[in-house]
Amino acid sequence: MSRIEIHEHELQAYVDGLLPESRRGEVEAYLASHPREAQRLQRYQQQNREIRALFDPVLDEPVPEQLRAAALVPATARASQRLWPRLVAGLLIACFSGGAGWLLRGELQPPRLVQLDGEQWQRASQPASFARQAAIAHVVYSPDVRRPVEIGADQEDQLVAWLSKRLNAKIQAPSLGSLGYELIGGRLLPGNSGPVAQFMYHDGSGQRLTLYVSTENNSNQNTGFHFAEEGPVNVFYWIDGPFGYALSAGIDKGELVRVASAVYAQLQHK
Amino acid sequence: MSADSETLLTCIPRLRRYARALVGDRTAADDLVQDTLERAWGKFSLWRRGSDMRAWLFGIMHNLHVDQRRKPRLDTQELDEEASELASPASPPDALALRDLQSALSQLPDEQREVLLLVALQEMSYEQVASTLGIPVGTVMSRLSRGRERLRLLMDGRAASVALKVVK
Repeated sequence: MSRIEIHEHELQAYVDGLLPESRRGEVEAYLASHPREAQRLQRYQQQNREIRALFDPVLDEPVPEQLRAAALVPATARASQRLWPRLVAGLLIACFSGGAGWLLRGELQPPRLVQLDGEQWQRASQPASFARQAAIAHVVYSPDVRRPVEIGADQEDQLVAWLSKRLNAKIQAPSLGSLGYELIGGRLLPGNSGPVAQFMYHDGSGQRLTLYVSTENNSNQNTGFHFAEEGPVNVFYWIDGPFGYALSAGIDKGELVRVASAVYAQLQHK
Repeated sequence: MSADSETLLTCIPRLRRYARALVGDRTAADDLVQDTLERAWGKFSLWRRGSDMRAWLFGIMHNLHVDQRRKPRLDTQELDEEASELASPASPPDALALRDLQSALSQLPDEQREVLLLVALQEMSYEQVASTLGIPVGTVMSRLSRGRERLRLLMDGRAASVALKVVK
């Protein structure tokens, strides 16, 4: 039989009906004289038939609505439909209040912000953009149902150790269980000049709250609480030495200040 | 509805069929399809218009599946394999052939199962399989050949699967 050379890949092609017609006669002649090989190929053909019999019924199943939606509208468009109005609102507020608004707020609140020389102006405008960054990070990550965080609360020790290492400072995830908020987990984000951290919490109703922690504050000055409204997101933020903290959520100011006070108190005691 | 949406929609049943055969579990399979569709929208600019969208989509699904596989699951797969071998002699005789086929398929190495499914289920040509998976046609052929033979031995009896494991 060595005068007809048949390759294994031709036998496979024969199984799948993909053998060129020109070789068909030779392969069939080979199989006629090699019954064991013929039997092997029959088994392979049977595998093909059985695989189709097993999974073809999936073709007739109704397509789940979720998958129809994923095919019809790109995920990014769906996300940005939700996100754009908020971001635009946030940016508008930041533009108007970030300039004149901040001066006004400075006059109304802490005395040290009243007289704004060049350096102080910078210091004052820095926290405003800090709050906006925190609010945007909140708006981007908190609606994510499946992947809201990089590391989950089940690995809290690892999460805290990792973020501390990357921010080069000891970072804590405050425990807010007594206020009804459980830690979901956290992630690392890019800040103005390096990494910042975000911890995410949720309450029983699914309401999410994020704590944004930066170590980029060079002025090393402490401030009291500041409040910013970025579209639908309320933000409380404060600066504590090198650390900047911003707590963001779509909850009312009173509730948020309650949580912010608890976070502040815990961080002071550690 | 855009033409792209319409084409994607028509691909869903075949993507689901392949995913179901690839990962077994219905929910995990549909998650894989959804991730594939979302990734496809994100990468639409990379799809060459006029080329085979089906092969492109299956390629995306393949890459996502490889990513998922990289997450540590090897140990549990080995355990499942042992468990199914222990359990299957006790399963009633009428569960039979097709159930056995599914279990045997799940015991194939992923790269052999993928090739076999793309050929048998999606009826792709070997060249299409090669471009979908990003491997040479020769590799497709050797994986197909080994996968089929291993599946045959698995279907012929459990003893064969133990012997194969020792060889591996």
